[in-house]
Amino acid sequence: MALHETNSLRVVLYEGAGATDFGADARWAMLTTLLEQGFAVTRTVAGGRVAPQVRGQLLVLGQFADGAAPEVEGDGTTQVRVRDVTGCDATAVAALATAERQAAGLDGGGAWKPWFPVIDYDRCTNCMQCLSFCLFGVYGVDANHKIQAQNEDQCKTNCPACSRVCPEAAIMFPKYKAGPINGDEVQAADLGKEKMKVDISALLGGDVYSALRARSTQAKERFSRERDEKKALNERQKCLTKLAQGGDIPIEVLMSLPAPEEILRRAEVAKAKAAAALAAQPTP
Amino acid sequence: MNCERAPRILYCHCQYAQVVSAEVKQAVLRELAATGVAFDAVADLCELSARRDPALAALAAGGGVKIAACFPRAVKWLFHAGQADLPMEETEVFNMRTQTAAEIIAGLARPEVRPNLPRGKVTAADAPPVAAAAQN
Repeated sequence: MALHETNSLRVVLYEGAGATDFGADARWAMLTTLLEQGFAVTRTVAGGRVAPQVRGQLLVLGQFADGAAPEVEGDGTTQVRVRDVTGCDATAVAALATAERQAAGLDGGGAWKPWFPVIDYDRCTNCMQCLSFCLFGVYGVDANHKIQAQNEDQCKTNCPACSRVCPEAAIMFPKYKAGPINGDEVQAADLGKEKMKVDISALLGGDVYSALRARSTQAKERFSRERDEKKALNERQKCLTKLAQGGDIPIEVLMSLPAPEEILRRAEVAKAKAAAALAAQPTP
Repeated sequence: MNCERAPRILYCHCQYAQVVSAEVKQAVLRELAATGVAFDAVADLCELSARRDPALAALAAGGGVKIAACFPRAVKWLFHAGQADLPMEETEVFNMRTQTAAEIIAGLARPEVRPNLPRGKVTAADAPPVAAAAQN
């Protein structure tokens, strides 16, 4: 199932008319367990405001009188199920919700760490450097030729490299450790991004991809000479460690790069996409 | 308090990364669970955003909202990426990466929203003049 086609199940902890209070400890345990298993959870109270249910699936859990969950009808866009959880602990409640989710054919979440670029359009100038840089097809342009992240699940987990080539510090990875990439405010001092880009280039003695190609070619020659996979792997790791440290790119990402010819092909495709997007932009 | 105008509360558990202090998350969620407030909680806003989950639009709709999550700039653009822009004048974000649980709990309990989504960008021109900085 494509990432953009998956929805989550919203669980409502109901404590209104006809149901008894869960109690603070039990409520907290249920909330924690359900959230850890990827559910969205709403706690309702009389007169309280929560987000409306637009469409999709709703699972209402409560401790109903006589253990009888009321019958509730959906409205055509929302399916509602009501279940009595009297006497259930948090684990049992989560198991029930999981079973309902599976029965509804909904995604459980957690299969993919949500690591992807988030663009700050207050900063972005649509320069297409990110599109040109990314080898994995994460970026694309919308109908108005505006840059956007389109294939989030193709992004390489923990790799913030594209944010480092952005001259405007406009690319965030909210789960990154440090600012401004994590979404912290951009300070004037952070705008040395261009410098960082130059530094990476200097580290590689050229552009990233030609350096990778050169290193891979050298490694390939060594591989054929030595026929020693372990030694070759060590050598490749050594070569790439410098790049990993300079650009904060996880070594796993670098090690998983495709063959040099494929890197070259992808780089050309990305550059062509960026050039086409730039050419299509209206002139100011 | 007029419940029609009271801000909603949204809590993000940041389930799929360890960048938010577990102690802060636990304290905030425990307080929400213990008090008599209605609220929405999601496992991970990043995941909802990446999925373009329609739940985001529901969370962004309906007026004032206080969000316990991470950096306001990240939250603003996560919602945008999820095709659900937050109301600039009615959104207050509490940052569980940098604020204490006590600060966040106090902020969530306040009846009014203090909007803090960022606007515009900081540029090199916003930096204090070098000479002035040196004088200080």
